[in-house]
Amino acid sequence: MASAGGSLPRYIVQRVLLIVPMVLILVTIVFLLLRVAPGDPVSASVGGRLSEAAQAERRAALGLDRPLYVQYFEYLGDVATLQFGETISDNRPILDIVKENGGATLTLAVAAFLIALAIGLPLGAIAGRFRDSAGDVVIRIFGVITYAAPVFYWGLLFQLLFAGTLGWLPSSGAATPVTIFEVETKTHILLIDAIIAGDSDAVVDVLEHLILPAFTLGLLLSGIFIRLVRVNMLQTLQGDYIEAARARGIGELRVLRAHAYRNALVPLVTVIGLQVALLMSGAVLTEATFNWPGLGNELIEYINQRDYAAVQGIITLFAVVVVLVSIAIDIITALIDPRVRY
Amino acid sequence: MGITQRVIAPFKQTTGLARWILLSGLVLVALFILLAIFAPWIAPYGHAQVRVDGEMFPKNGPPSAEHWLGTTEGFYDVYSRVIWGSRTALQVVIISVVLSVLLGAPLGLISGYIGGWLDRVLVLVMDALYSFPSLLLAIVFAFLLSDLLGGGVLSAGVALTVIYVPQYFRVVRNTTISAREATYVEAARAMGAPRRTVITKYLFGNVVQNVPVIGTLNAADAIGTLAALGFLGLGIQPGEAAEWGYDLQRALPGASAGIWWTGVFPGLAIVLLVTGLTLVGEGLNETVNPTLRKRRLLPFSLPPRETAAVIADEPKDDR
Amino acid sequence: MTATSPATSTDTVLSVRDLRVWYGTDRGPVRAVDGVSFDLRKGETLGLVGESGSGKSTLGRGLIGLLPEGAQTDGAVHFEGRDLLRVAGKELRALRGPELGMIFQEPMTRLNPLMRISEHFEEALKVHAPGLGKDEVRHRALEVLRLMGIPPTRYRSYPHEFSGGMRQRLMIALALVLRPRFVVADEPTTALDVLVEAQIIRILHDLRRDFDTSLLLITHNLGIVAEACDRVAVMYAGRIVEIGDATEVFRNPQHPYTQALLRSTISLSTTGLNFIPGAPPDLVQPPSGCRFHPRCEHAMQVCADRMPIEIGVGGTHAVECWLHGPEEYKSAENTRPLQREEISVADEA
Repeated sequence: MASAGGSLPRYIVQRVLLIVPMVLILVTIVFLLLRVAPGDPVSASVGGRLSEAAQAERRAALGLDRPLYVQYFEYLGDVATLQFGETISDNRPILDIVKENGGATLTLAVAAFLIALAIGLPLGAIAGRFRDSAGDVVIRIFGVITYAAPVFYWGLLFQLLFAGTLGWLPSSGAATPVTIFEVETKTHILLIDAIIAGDSDAVVDVLEHLILPAFTLGLLLSGIFIRLVRVNMLQTLQGDYIEAARARGIGELRVLRAHAYRNALVPLVTVIGLQVALLMSGAVLTEATFNWPGLGNELIEYINQRDYAAVQGIITLFAVVVVLVSIAIDIITALIDPRVRY
Repeated sequence: MGITQRVIAPFKQTTGLARWILLSGLVLVALFILLAIFAPWIAPYGHAQVRVDGEMFPKNGPPSAEHWLGTTEGFYDVYSRVIWGSRTALQVVIISVVLSVLLGAPLGLISGYIGGWLDRVLVLVMDALYSFPSLLLAIVFAFLLSDLLGGGVLSAGVALTVIYVPQYFRVVRNTTISAREATYVEAARAMGAPRRTVITKYLFGNVVQNVPVIGTLNAADAIGTLAALGFLGLGIQPGEAAEWGYDLQRALPGASAGIWWTGVFPGLAIVLLVTGLTLVGEGLNETVNPTLRKRRLLPFSLPPRETAAVIADEPKDDR
Repeated sequence: MTATSPATSTDTVLSVRDLRVWYGTDRGPVRAVDGVSFDLRKGETLGLVGESGSGKSTLGRGLIGLLPEGAQTDGAVHFEGRDLLRVAGKELRALRGPELGMIFQEPMTRLNPLMRISEHFEEALKVHAPGLGKDEVRHRALEVLRLMGIPPTRYRSYPHEFSGGMRQRLMIALALVLRPRFVVADEPTTALDVLVEAQIIRILHDLRRDFDTSLLLITHNLGIVAEACDRVAVMYAGRIVEIGDATEVFRNPQHPYTQALLRSTISLSTTGLNFIPGAPPDLVQPPSGCRFHPRCEHAMQVCADRMPIEIGVGGTHAVECWLHGPEEYKSAENTRPLQREEISVADEA
């Protein structure tokens, strides 16, 4: 058999090698931008609180008094060894921030992604198959509006409805303070910790808090998925092999399922995977809207304190995540589509 | 074809559903452009006005005769701020799109035409920028520029520029590469036209046709990103100009108390304007992208068959 | 040859009567097929030749029912006691595969790139013969593939691992695995290079012996017809203008169009290039009377006035041309050469 086996590992190595320059560029951009900021990062964030001497000391400790290129290489070294340093304003190690708050962002992102898939894929497929029908138009309008409305607007509307008027769901935080206090922290992912602890009340509480933020973010993504799936469906249905299958008397339902839908999804895996960038931006905004204790929320806090070290660290992390997901997507595509490996 | 004609051509070629999409989008966008231009005359109050005739506006007042859409917790008039917000949004978006095109298109042109290592480096940089979450990039730039340029419209516009440069770069570069190989360019060069002439005269026009689609979709994204920056407190400062995202941030705490007018209306404005721009962009895309066009067969009625007897008797044509 | 009622010979597989297929466009309805009648016998290969735009592809698709939405049909296509034009969609779909088959022009894009060849066969057999066990399915597929010259080791490969010629053989195998009685091959070799073309034609030629299938071979290449077909039908502007035994028609063409086609064929003995003057006919507003008359050097007055009637010229050979009668409609008056204005080149274009 000519497929799989030797060419897949080689393909993976190729992709990884191509990604390295990308990470480098992103990381460099972040570095340069933040260094280029006028004014001095130390005084900007803690200037009011520390004396001049103490500030000078801080600057030396952070290596800010050294020439730019030296700082750059130190920075690269730090990134490579995953030492992101400490924040300026409260001396917290950035890795700690990531550990404690990353789980919440991850939970939100995964939940939202699943909701978006569940809504977006079927609706997009229907819209593509029944082009220009009433259903198609309605679905497309839905797709446009979910994307046009900012995620925080949806958040506001959901809060008005579900938290305000109906009072069904909470509008802030990941769980009630009681739950957070009671559930033992093992994985730093609240939902999983609650499940491990076997505390069903806590699990319900966490899920209740998760619904609105996840649905809000998921709705945003679903709009894009609808559009992508629809376009892909349209192009796939024009495929010659679709007509050939029909010529063999294959029923419409089977043609859609086995030929059209599956083939339409393949290029989508790549594109949907690229939405991880959007997912992250959306997560930051969603966390701000619902006071969700994730990395995005922390990022905003530190931005308001003009703590460039924290901002740099968190954003660099985001950049690395984007790139890793990109590699993962490429590999998944290679697994699904036998043509790609060649 | 003149450049204006080339830009307008996609608008003229649309038919059927695509045309409806395009038209409704244009109507929405036109509405906001009018609001933006005539803001000083339409808006009853200034964007930061909190009192009239010495009397303060109510705090979080519901919609009333004096304040059609109510007031905010900062004593602002919602209706006025929605209108002034149109002006802000359009100013920022125009700055951002124009700058992006001015940066991205020439780079794409040069990169595509010259090729080589310059091209490869630029492509890598642009791809990296493109794959990065645009909001985060905007945050970084806003972070920087707020010190340099203040918290006004210009600073926001510039902050939003870099995000969109890669798209123009890419599209212009790809069109350049395919146009470069076209025979009429070869002929021009055979006649001894210098490189610069070839680029500006022959390739530019070809490339301009793609810009309207991307431009409108970018504008839609820019409005959203501007609002996001405003929501996070990184955008335009309240004193400088009215901005819908900022209003939404201020409206959030009141949501659980049931104060809906402070957020629903600015948000609605965002939705309408972005939808309008997206519809225009999508409508154009259906025309410009030929693979999506459906070749439609028109209905007609099949006339009855003529039998051999009929043909035999009447020596007329069989129409 | 052409009766107004379907032939009753038990040998006849397909009987087409006055078939019309028209499309609606913004210029008006296009009369792609405008009154076509013929019969097809068991195991017979009928070649259908004509220029591009003569309607031959539409005719082939019309017989199987693979026309785009919006096309309208009229007439009758009798197959196994049914009129295919009036059969419900579901029933027609059930026929496609086991009774009716189609071989398309471009083999490169006609197979699903994500499915193995085995999966293609399994699907077709599962849909139409659900009772078959897995081994039986495999056995049947491998058997038909062997006849096409595809070794069993390639059974689980993906489409992109095959060359164009092999993919066409795969398509033919897929079309034949259920042993349909009637297959339409729409320009099966046009997209292939000459050497591969010869192999495919050989395969199609042997169909009769191996499968007993009736084949409608659509092509614009007269050489192929001579190689592989028992009979040939010449199509022009939506009508069949000449039909008969392949050797006979080529040796003794009766219709001016057929003669012109044969003349313009290039061979090793060609010394000058021949072409047919004039432009291809407009299918929205076809010429009056005989559709070929504007380009025919023998045109008479009657040719522009009335559509000619099909007339036999010996054996199964028939032609639709006023040069051959029927005599009742001809007179001294209308057999005078047609008066034509000089058509300038610009007008034609």
